[in-house]
Amino acid sequence: MAAIAQPERVTATPTYREITRDIVATLGHPGRLYWIALGSALLVLAIGAGALLYQIRYGLGVAGYAPPVMWGVYITTFVFWVGIAHCGTLVSAILYLFRSAWRTAVYRTAEVMTVFAVLTAGLFPLIHIGRIWYAYWLIPYPNQRQIWVNFKSPLLWDVFAVTTYLIVSTVFLTVGMIPDVASARDRATGWRKKLYELVSLGWKGTDQQWRHYLKAYLYLAAFATPLVLSVHSVVSWDFAMSIVPGWHTTIFAPYFVAGAIYSGLAMVVTLLVPLRRAFKLERYIHEDHFENLAKLILITGMIVGYAYAVEYFIAWYSGNPFERSAFWNRAFGDYWWATWTMIVCNAFLPLLLWFRKIRRSIPAMFLISLFVNLGMWFERFVIIVVSLSFEYEPFAHGHYTPSWVDWAILAGSFGWFFTWFLLFAKNFPMVSIAEVKEIIPMPRRKEART
Amino acid sequence: MSGPPGVLAAFQHVDAAVDAIRAVKELGYRDFTVYTPAPNHEVDKAVGHKVSPVRLWTLFGGLTGCAAGFAMTLWMSYDYPIVVGGKPLGSIPPYVVIAFELTILIGALSTIAGLLFHSWRTRRKAAYDPRFSDDHIGIFVPAPPERHAALRQLFIESGAVEVKVEG
Repeated sequence: MAAIAQPERVTATPTYREITRDIVATLGHPGRLYWIALGSALLVLAIGAGALLYQIRYGLGVAGYAPPVMWGVYITTFVFWVGIAHCGTLVSAILYLFRSAWRTAVYRTAEVMTVFAVLTAGLFPLIHIGRIWYAYWLIPYPNQRQIWVNFKSPLLWDVFAVTTYLIVSTVFLTVGMIPDVASARDRATGWRKKLYELVSLGWKGTDQQWRHYLKAYLYLAAFATPLVLSVHSVVSWDFAMSIVPGWHTTIFAPYFVAGAIYSGLAMVVTLLVPLRRAFKLERYIHEDHFENLAKLILITGMIVGYAYAVEYFIAWYSGNPFERSAFWNRAFGDYWWATWTMIVCNAFLPLLLWFRKIRRSIPAMFLISLFVNLGMWFERFVIIVVSLSFEYEPFAHGHYTPSWVDWAILAGSFGWFFTWFLLFAKNFPMVSIAEVKEIIPMPRRKEART
Repeated sequence: MSGPPGVLAAFQHVDAAVDAIRAVKELGYRDFTVYTPAPNHEVDKAVGHKVSPVRLWTLFGGLTGCAAGFAMTLWMSYDYPIVVGGKPLGSIPPYVVIAFELTILIGALSTIAGLLFHSWRTRRKAAYDPRFSDDHIGIFVPAPPERHAALRQLFIESGAVEVKVEG
């Protein structure tokens, strides 16, 4: 066994009782840092909500839209948050199917991030349409105009893909949580006990319950895996199905999926570092986990870097003057700074992760993850805004500058996301109790006697 | 707890619990309940259930979703015919996306329905102890009072850390 070669690990392996104790302890009273974080998130959320109300009152004119750029910060942020969401399902479903043991300590965080990131992303198309109260027109429902939605439009595919993703990832999260919440229920008092009783659905861990549960979980994972690949492909087709130079390429679906998982992994690192400190989970989430995440970041980051290179190569090789000028404009036009931010943050900075020292250094990982988040937001900005601003005829070219409303709503989306995330982290186990136990063998009589 | 009469044993060691499960099965008991804090293959094997029928719910849910996706898009396209971009009214390729998403949505939801339904149908009234969600394996065997002493003896011999007689 590998464990014998590393005696310090053997003593570090927690027992079942310690796992329950340590993880249930995170549900107690978080420190002052937590309240400061929650307060700041709520403040930022209030600013964003204020800006949104202002936009609803005065109309979309207050956002920075300038023809031909009619997709701006909101769609950029939508794609950004949908992208963030992808890592959760990767860690929880795909690594589950691959029987990867290290996922157990980090997957709950990734899943929670997924659910709240989709919840955040889903707001943006609604904010973007301006007349938010007509959002229900997106749903095919019998109406007095007797007209149905246009199923040939990628935008409608998006409605179906993102809604399905929100529902399925929420279900996946809640089902995965049942045994842990039951464990917390058995140790809780007061209103929390009532809450956990409700959420755990009478779970007792009986043989019959496990039998059905494990099968259901396996099939949910098997469904979530193609779903996660489809969602960002569909999002990419919002662009690729049109004929805008810079958008109309077949590489978009794999390129977006890799980018999405990449940004999501970075966000998981961003969230795990403070979480593990605040809830004293150093014993469960340690350098090995960060190293594994770093390896995944490295590989997806290199796929993204490769996609950038291919995009430029094909723009040149196609001989299409519109494509060529669009890509020339990206690198050296008005928005050169956005393009270079994206290239440096996404394609070059993560190459530092080739070094084991950096992969295992938590401050370095945290810093790199922040840059990747920044770079991935700019990637979407470059794809969306820069391509649109340089559409077809020079006569129609325009320049888009986001207004303060755009920035405030973008910031507010972080407030919204972190408010939910922090509230969840305080009230539900952020590390899976049952699954961490599952990878540790239960004690045996024979061993106990020797 | 107002469960049926029987004997509840708590185990700390997985091999002891497995021995006890085998012995209980040997005596002909079938309606016993085993509690584990985490899924455990040895215990699974000893209990020896058939494969859960939840997978059929997944299959039929997925197929229903796929059919519903194509049916909805095609019917709606012909119900109010509007030609978009010169494409045929019922264009299968774009509808594949909708059918795919609905396959997953309805397949996943029906899996959950199957999980709830079968867990509910196979539930049993049995004594429970909060330690079973922590670090103990529990076995509850419902039995009339005259058999309690024999079961108690069996559990103690296989290495239970605690045996409780209920009712």
